[in-house]
Amino acid sequence: MTEEIIIAGFGGQGVLSMGKILCYSGVMQGKEVSWMPSYGPEMRGGTANVTVIISDERISSPILNAFDSAIILNQQSMDKFEPKVKPGGVLLYDPNGITRHPERRDINIYRCNGAEEAARMGAIRSFNMIMLGAFLKIKPIVELENVLKGLKKSLPERYHHLIPQNEEAIHRGMEIVEEVYVMEKA
Amino acid sequence: MAEEKLNIISEENVVYKKTKVLTDKPMHYCPGCGHSTLHRIIAEVIEEMGIQDKTIGIAPVGCAVFMYDYIDVDSQEAAHGRAPALATAIKRLMPDRYVFTYQGDGDLAAIGTAETIHVCNRGENITMFFVNNGIYGMTGGQMAPTTLTGMRTSTTPYGRDDSLMGHPIKITDLVAQLPGTYYVTRQAVHTPAYVRRTKKAVRKAFEYQMRGKGVSFVEVVSNCNSGWKMPPVQAVKWLDENMLPYYPLGDIKVPEE
Amino acid sequence: MDEDFVLMKGNEALAEAAIRAGVDGYFGYPITPQSEVMEYLTAARPWERTGMVVFQAESEVAAINMLYGGAGAGKRVMTSSSSPGISLMQEGISYIAGAELPVVIVNIVRGGPGLGTIQPAQSDYFQATKGGGHGDYHLLVLAPSSVQEMADFVELAFDLAFKYRNPVMILSDGAIGQMMEKVKFKPQKPRWRDDELPEWATTGKKPDRERNIITSLDLDPYRQERFNRHLQEKYRKMREEEVRFETFQTEDAEYLLVAYGTSARICQKAVQLAREEGIRAGLLRPITLYPFPEKEIAALAGRVKAMLSVEMSAGQMVEDVRLAVNGRVPVEHFGRFGGVVPSPEEIVEALKQKLIND
Repeated sequence: MTEEIIIAGFGGQGVLSMGKILCYSGVMQGKEVSWMPSYGPEMRGGTANVTVIISDERISSPILNAFDSAIILNQQSMDKFEPKVKPGGVLLYDPNGITRHPERRDINIYRCNGAEEAARMGAIRSFNMIMLGAFLKIKPIVELENVLKGLKKSLPERYHHLIPQNEEAIHRGMEIVEEVYVMEKA
Repeated sequence: MAEEKLNIISEENVVYKKTKVLTDKPMHYCPGCGHSTLHRIIAEVIEEMGIQDKTIGIAPVGCAVFMYDYIDVDSQEAAHGRAPALATAIKRLMPDRYVFTYQGDGDLAAIGTAETIHVCNRGENITMFFVNNGIYGMTGGQMAPTTLTGMRTSTTPYGRDDSLMGHPIKITDLVAQLPGTYYVTRQAVHTPAYVRRTKKAVRKAFEYQMRGKGVSFVEVVSNCNSGWKMPPVQAVKWLDENMLPYYPLGDIKVPEE
Repeated sequence: MDEDFVLMKGNEALAEAAIRAGVDGYFGYPITPQSEVMEYLTAARPWERTGMVVFQAESEVAAINMLYGGAGAGKRVMTSSSSPGISLMQEGISYIAGAELPVVIVNIVRGGPGLGTIQPAQSDYFQATKGGGHGDYHLLVLAPSSVQEMADFVELAFDLAFKYRNPVMILSDGAIGQMMEKVKFKPQKPRWRDDELPEWATTGKKPDRERNIITSLDLDPYRQERFNRHLQEKYRKMREEEVRFETFQTEDAEYLLVAYGTSARICQKAVQLAREEGIRAGLLRPITLYPFPEKEIAALAGRVKAMLSVEMSAGQMVEDVRLAVNGRVPVEHFGRFGGVVPSPEEIVEALKQKLIND
């Protein structure tokens, strides 16, 4: 198993930390992982993205041009990464602020109203965990138990009291994710 | 006859003895140059304080580049201007050693200005010697940052023009402003009285290091007969009449204790 | 799952490994994309763990000269920077090589020339492997291609630096510095005690020995020539004993990719993609860039049809590959540069166009 994922959105949406938690979950499950961020001034308020690879084997290139899955959180990232999902792959997005929805019909498209749900939960910073939950519902590449272990390992101890809230957010994401276009059902 | 002469050179007839912290190697300095005198003073103080086995000297690029051939302590030869950077690392890695830098005006006040300012600002616990002769001696008498206004050098053949070259820099006064310097003084070595005063300053500068006080900075205004293109006696006179009025001798920053 | 592993950026792993290797001092200056090294070290407070000195210098020029001073005193000292900062250090590195001081310098390369970009590149290969500053000298150059190697190479670099009394460079790039992978650390090693310091170091002249002098100066040209011969002898020994490399699917390869660091990771993927298309590709990854695995490449020249040097530069290592191959098979170069990282697909395409269609 090798899963090559791009997570992309605005700086501040928790893109990098979502990737990090996913990686730690993979480590907890005994997988090889890599986390390759975009870095530099674009991190500061502009777009941010991270390539996460989770694999049973030693990972070759940490930098990719095509992805099995894309988790897309803003329009710029949609424009940039929709074309880079491999045929048959998965595109998950938050429709908040999206003006041009994904159009491809050779990939599977899912939607999760994560920002809205986070606001409703009164926990805006849980947004990325809602999206992570949605993704894991579509692609259960790591077990929830290991995600929670991963969370614990990646968060500094002073934030460990937030773990139940994050867990709840992951569950919410799993519940509210919607199919937009699924190839085998089309 | 020969035997009689040998008898004269005997222990009870010795009236002056070179410190053992100076090596026997003949110095390459020009006759009348201040470097050799300052070397001897530093070596004597190291011997008197009994710190030869704990002292590390940093030589500059300039006439004193071979300081390590004359002063018998473990030594490092720095790139031009960087002696304070070497000293910073050595002292921080070995706080119980005595570290001193020895630099000329081109080294300390031109190419190494950043290192000079920052080591003094940080108050590294080291001793800095600065020989100011207003010229680049080793490379053949070019203008230094400390060259006096109107002074002729091989790169200011018609005299230093401040409107083009800037003013002779008083870096010692500058570093005295910084919080990390503890003791800042300007001395000379061209008369016996000045030599005695300089030796006291050198001793203090090492003693303050022993007590962990930060940078002790000793400038020595000196003559460069070759660079100035003057015989030694004339050079000393010129030093008194021209250098000292612009670079007046005395303590600039004295510890309040 | 293995509890011993942690997930870390390459820069952070390097910093932690430095503490654990018992390094005495780190002297640096901030520059993207390597600032995490000093940030990690200052947060980790190694001065409480091991007594290690961590110091932010006023410039890269000061930092490299602090290494000179510290290494001259026999201490294990290192710095890290990125391309423009490493350029500033070149004078100091030349003095360090000339004074035969063991130091470790890490270059997290970014695209150039000039201020360039902060994105990963491999365009400092010439500077790293051919000397870099003035005079006839070489650094021993290690090229990690994973976060684990960023950690492992710190201690290796110090071992080699002291073995040869020569500066060692870890030549990495922004991608490996910034990426996170699993990494496993060795246990903490103690720093050297005073009585373990090398005998040549300026630790203070003891009555039973001559004073130690650290210098790169000798005005006598004949003695200077003799010293240079000594350096060359040292480099010859390195070429004999220290070549490190790794091969991937070269046994039956018809086409050989040669790549180091991040490029080698991408090439490994390219080899897989090429083989899926029925092209028998293989990869040789030099781990030491100086000394360069010239004998191994020469041997492979007798077995493959052609070689492609893949670099994040306009073509630097390709010159060394060509020297090793010495005209026996075609050697081409493929590169993306200025901070652009090639994709595995592009490399396969280049392999087809430059090697197979020829």
